[in-house]
Amino acid sequence: MSATLATPPAATPAAAPDEPALQARGLRVWYGQSLALKDIDLDIPRHRITALIGPSGCGKSTLLRCFNRMNDLIADARMEGDVRFDGESIAGPKVDAVSLRRRIGMVFQKPNPFPKSIYNNIAWGARINGYRGDMDELVERSLRRAALWDEVKDKIHRSGLDLSGGQQQRLCIARTLAVEPEVILMDEPCSALDPISTARVEDLMDDLKDDYTIVIVTHNMQQARRVSNMTACLMPDVDAVGGHRTGVLVEFSPTDLLFTNPKDPRTEAYITGRIG
Amino acid sequence: MPAPPTTLNPTDPPPPADDPWGGQSRASAVAEVVAPVLLALCGLVTVLTTLGILLVLTVQSVQFFLKAQVGVGDFLLGAVLKPEASPPKFGILPLAWGTFLVAFGASCIALPIGLMSAIYLSEYAPRAVRAVLKPALELLAGVPTIVYGYLALLLVTPVLKAVLEPLGFRVDQFNALSACIVVGVMIVPLVSSLSEDVLSAVPLGLREAAYGLGATKFEVSTRVVLPAGLSGVAASFILAVSRAVGETMAVVLAAGTMPQITANPLTSVETMTTYIVQVVGGEASYGSAKYLSLFAVGLALFAITLTLNILSNLVLRRYREVYQ
Repeated sequence: MSATLATPPAATPAAAPDEPALQARGLRVWYGQSLALKDIDLDIPRHRITALIGPSGCGKSTLLRCFNRMNDLIADARMEGDVRFDGESIAGPKVDAVSLRRRIGMVFQKPNPFPKSIYNNIAWGARINGYRGDMDELVERSLRRAALWDEVKDKIHRSGLDLSGGQQQRLCIARTLAVEPEVILMDEPCSALDPISTARVEDLMDDLKDDYTIVIVTHNMQQARRVSNMTACLMPDVDAVGGHRTGVLVEFSPTDLLFTNPKDPRTEAYITGRIG
Repeated sequence: MPAPPTTLNPTDPPPPADDPWGGQSRASAVAEVVAPVLLALCGLVTVLTTLGILLVLTVQSVQFFLKAQVGVGDFLLGAVLKPEASPPKFGILPLAWGTFLVAFGASCIALPIGLMSAIYLSEYAPRAVRAVLKPALELLAGVPTIVYGYLALLLVTPVLKAVLEPLGFRVDQFNALSACIVVGVMIVPLVSSLSEDVLSAVPLGLREAAYGLGATKFEVSTRVVLPAGLSGVAASFILAVSRAVGETMAVVLAAGTMPQITANPLTSVETMTTYIVQVVGGEASYGSAKYLSLFAVGLALFAITLTLNILSNLVLRRYREVYQ
């Protein structure tokens, strides 16, 4: 395993289009002494939307946060096995998690704009990553891409917190797009939004998938059906003795297939509402 | 048996003694009336104290100005303070200068050190280090201030002498620099502890957002967490500066009581608070102009800290970043 991600993303050769964008092999995650995720093997296809579904406590978010090393921020979290991004390993201590996160952006459950102006919410990430181009242009382009420009163009220097929840979430998406990532991880991006805002974010995701690989964690099975191409269903494996829950991947298929013809009885139980 | 209806009409007969719902004492209704009054009275104590202080200071200050035949302008801007001379001179500019010098010097030491240790504790320190360091810093705040005075006399000033005198500087036994250092050390915990509370309270979501964009720990700390907690950090600064302005015992022992306007921190100065101590401890007779002058100085001190607080509030309201 060579030192990875040392070169800027622009210099990496374009990966083969049919190669998975992200791969997990034998992935295990520990929080202290407890095993949160067990033996995950998963290929996330490029320029598609992949949904991670499953009941609470099945490790969906933990899995998502392995792809941009966000679990590093949790003091006692540990990752075993391998995760590859464009074929390069992103596990292990030698990987530069900071530059990895620029290439793999993230949108969170609760809209979390910075307490700064709308403009600076977008410009901040670009600035810290050394962007030297026309900032006004980048801000406008990112906001347009996130379908927010028309709503905010007259108040671009007002605080991002003055926006509605749905607008804030699109601002967070715009902020992520501004640093030009290749992958966008979304951790229940609509769970704090009303149905109309949810629909707008879903439209936006559909629009973005031509250019970005998107992985979305969702509690909402209808949402997974509406937006995703592939769906991975995770289940908590409950320890008979201690009652401890360890997430396992039970099924990974094209979304249509998974919801109409689940192969695993646990998937079927979950999507028909008998579990979770 | 169904629960009997609660008595709504006071003229209804009382519920039978075996009523399982009859246990609620009507004393709670009395508490509903008495509690808010009692609590409001407690709240009033602080307001009344402030008003009382203001009243005492003002009345005595007016007496001072009448007795000493000093104009307010001469008092505030006079450069000579000689209450024993004839005619006595009551210019408090030397005291204001001494106060400023000590508070400024102490702030130069305490604000950066306090803020940096707060950032370290909140963002960098491993849990185990934090668990030891934070209480240790707070312990410093519990040391009686006169002990810091000893520290100045027995440690800081001798060290200053040993270091600076070979270089050709004359270091007085009582000097402002020594006071700056010990007062600075004294108020570090105030800044670090309060700032750390504020920085730790910045929502995790903001940190995650910044890390998610490819920010380094330093960028997250200084460009997201610190701006988000700025109002609280500034509040801790103001508290620390007010504390330095008001500090008395350590300054008496460190800086002495020589009212002079000097840019040389290696000589003795007198601050407003140390002047008050000196007058109270001296032989000024009750009701004399010198005795009354301490109230006028106290009023000026009160006005300075009040102005500081109002100014800082105005600045804060304008520049702080509000998070949800």
